[in-house]
Amino acid sequence: MAERNGAGDRTAGDRAGRNLPPLSLYVPEPHFRPGDQADFSGFDIPAADAAPRPDETSAAGDMRDMAYGLVRVLDEGGNAVGAWNPNLPPETLLKMLRAMALTRAFDERMFRAQRQGKTSFYMKCTGEEAVAVAAAMALDRDDMCFPSYRQQGLLIARDWSIVDMMNQIYSNKADRMRGRQLPIMYSVREAGFFSISGNLTTQYPQAVGWAMASAARGDTRIAATWCGEGSTAEGDFHSACTFASVYRAPVILNVVNNQWAISSFSGFAGAESTTFAARAVGYGIAGLRIDGNDALAVYAATRWAADRARSNAGPTLIEHFTYRVEGHSTSDDPGQYRSADEGSHWPLGDPIARLKQHCIGLGIWDEERHAAMDAELASMVKDAAREAEKNGILGHGMHQPFETMFEDVFEEMPWHLKEQLQQAIDEKKAAGL
Amino acid sequence: MNMIQAINSALDVMMGRDPDVVVMGEDVGFFGGVFRATAGLQAKYGKNRVFDTPITECGIIGVAVGMGAYGLRPVPEIQFADYIYPALDQLVSEAARLRYRSAGEFIAPMTVRSPFGGGIFGGQTHSQSPEGIFTHVSGIKTVIPSTPYDAKGLLIAAIEDNDPTLFFEPKRIYNGPFDGHYDRPAKSWAGHADAQVPEGYYRIPLGKARTVREGEALTILCYGTMVHVVASTVAEADIDAEIIDLRTLVPLDIEAIEASVRKTGRCLIVHEATRTGGFGAELSALVQERCFHHLEAPIERVTGFDTPYPHSLEWAYFPGPIRIREAMAKILKD
Repeated sequence: MAERNGAGDRTAGDRAGRNLPPLSLYVPEPHFRPGDQADFSGFDIPAADAAPRPDETSAAGDMRDMAYGLVRVLDEGGNAVGAWNPNLPPETLLKMLRAMALTRAFDERMFRAQRQGKTSFYMKCTGEEAVAVAAAMALDRDDMCFPSYRQQGLLIARDWSIVDMMNQIYSNKADRMRGRQLPIMYSVREAGFFSISGNLTTQYPQAVGWAMASAARGDTRIAATWCGEGSTAEGDFHSACTFASVYRAPVILNVVNNQWAISSFSGFAGAESTTFAARAVGYGIAGLRIDGNDALAVYAATRWAADRARSNAGPTLIEHFTYRVEGHSTSDDPGQYRSADEGSHWPLGDPIARLKQHCIGLGIWDEERHAAMDAELASMVKDAAREAEKNGILGHGMHQPFETMFEDVFEEMPWHLKEQLQQAIDEKKAAGL
Repeated sequence: MNMIQAINSALDVMMGRDPDVVVMGEDVGFFGGVFRATAGLQAKYGKNRVFDTPITECGIIGVAVGMGAYGLRPVPEIQFADYIYPALDQLVSEAARLRYRSAGEFIAPMTVRSPFGGGIFGGQTHSQSPEGIFTHVSGIKTVIPSTPYDAKGLLIAAIEDNDPTLFFEPKRIYNGPFDGHYDRPAKSWAGHADAQVPEGYYRIPLGKARTVREGEALTILCYGTMVHVVASTVAEADIDAEIIDLRTLVPLDIEAIEASVRKTGRCLIVHEATRTGGFGAELSALVQERCFHHLEAPIERVTGFDTPYPHSLEWAYFPGPIRIREAMAKILKD
């Protein structure tokens, strides 16, 4: 008999005769693949007025059921119903609707700009506009947001210049990030929008740390952070939840469950076994699971969590149940891995259409005004793009002096970077450039 | 003061001067740290400024980045440098790049303290010297003191610095200098000239090396515990070596290195860390590039071997006096 080196060399044959059933590995599989007809008829949607609204200072342990339900405000007829109705004044509703429509118009334009070769990359948030816009409106402007890459609505809801955002996307001479960052990795300190990183979920413990600092200094500001459901699998998610719970940090932890992490459906982040809001239960954090396509539910839940944080009652984890309508990015083709008609069958609808219907029902809005607004926003975004393009587009080369590449690595440039800068200058000169 | 007391004093001085300085890490609060470096600080400055953390290194550094973004000046501790790897992503992808990627909008003015190095029978996970991993990362400064006086002055400078700084503390010399003779009785810092540490504020600038011994025969570049091992070996061998304690690896005091090697024409590099891809390789390349025509012998490196740090075989692994003496003899042969 040949000598075996270890357990790894064992084969099933060695164990024959031991009368044990073979183990099997379970690998999740999404319901619909390309070519399949999407069918969400079995999808359980709780009624809009079904969820109770606990007091903001409730003990996390008393909120367990909230992590498994679905907070909704807008019913199928577009009426705001139930305990979570934030009863917003018309001007707030219309501002919210406009910011969401502007976010979508901005996405459309920038996606096209990428296809036209004006920039290298773009990521839309189509279908998820409410998650960012309504949250931003429920927060105070000086609360610090630690977003992932799909919350451009935060900046738009905070009235940040879309020309400035485009300048970043074009890496042009007006880009405040000086052409260093991949498009959409904005940083806007002035608007309480933390520098976006390409590394997933790193912003989670950072937001908790910011919130802890605010609490330690006796400040009144809170922090909020966002990640996708796929990114909850990162270790940073766990460390952030642990820190947030241990120090009762005034932070809102948002999980945007849009069902897809590039090509991986939410099952690969654990969605088949439980909800993402239920992660909160184990950490002793208040968890809310909400209809992410319902702007009023997003607003109400964010307001609830902000009030909770501001009253020193601790953090809240909010799962926004939504759907990523478009591809992951301009580099992605979702037709390769999911049913083409999934988005149109998504049972929670479109967040803009639902808020529009609500406003029309209230008599503060109508189809004509909406169409006029869409036309106005499209032309506004077009003008902004033209303005940004005057500062240059990516395809037209470097718009920042190449010397700036060496700046801001450290506060002061150390000798070795000064030498490398000089070397770069000399190499260019020698090459006749 | 011994090195622990000097570090404790630096933290005390900076916490007293700057309300933004906060200390955090595993066991650093009530207990005062497993090496006592933070003893008494929580009682003096309160739990809002000195606090224990959950056991999660990525969390500790991630939270510190967020605190820095808020405007604080965190001094997180990683209990052993061997356990810094879970925080690698936050250090490399976040702290090191925050200023650059945000064009200065956000900064990470943190100082990560971490005991490092071997010579204490710490085995594989209480002995490592991972400085080479971090010197490879643009945007991070790396500081390694070798005396109580330097430890306090450098730590104060690191805390005041607005760039993220790794402050590796050679735990073998926390309580006394170590000459590499593990079979002789341990020495304490008592009576040592470099253990005369002022009570108050002073700083030693980052990026400046210290000439431990002037000499003509060869230049020895070293840092941390190895400074003492080298100094003792040089004295025993009665060789006129110039010993340079680098103190800061990034940014490096290239002027001091160049001036010395141009004078002596020979260079030996000594570090505890493993050889391949270690910081010694960078030092060797720099000396070769800048002092080529002055070199009279190949540059030598005495380093840890390219193995995990062994427990029972520690003294066969540790780059001690015998190996350093042999390397000096080899360099001086021609």
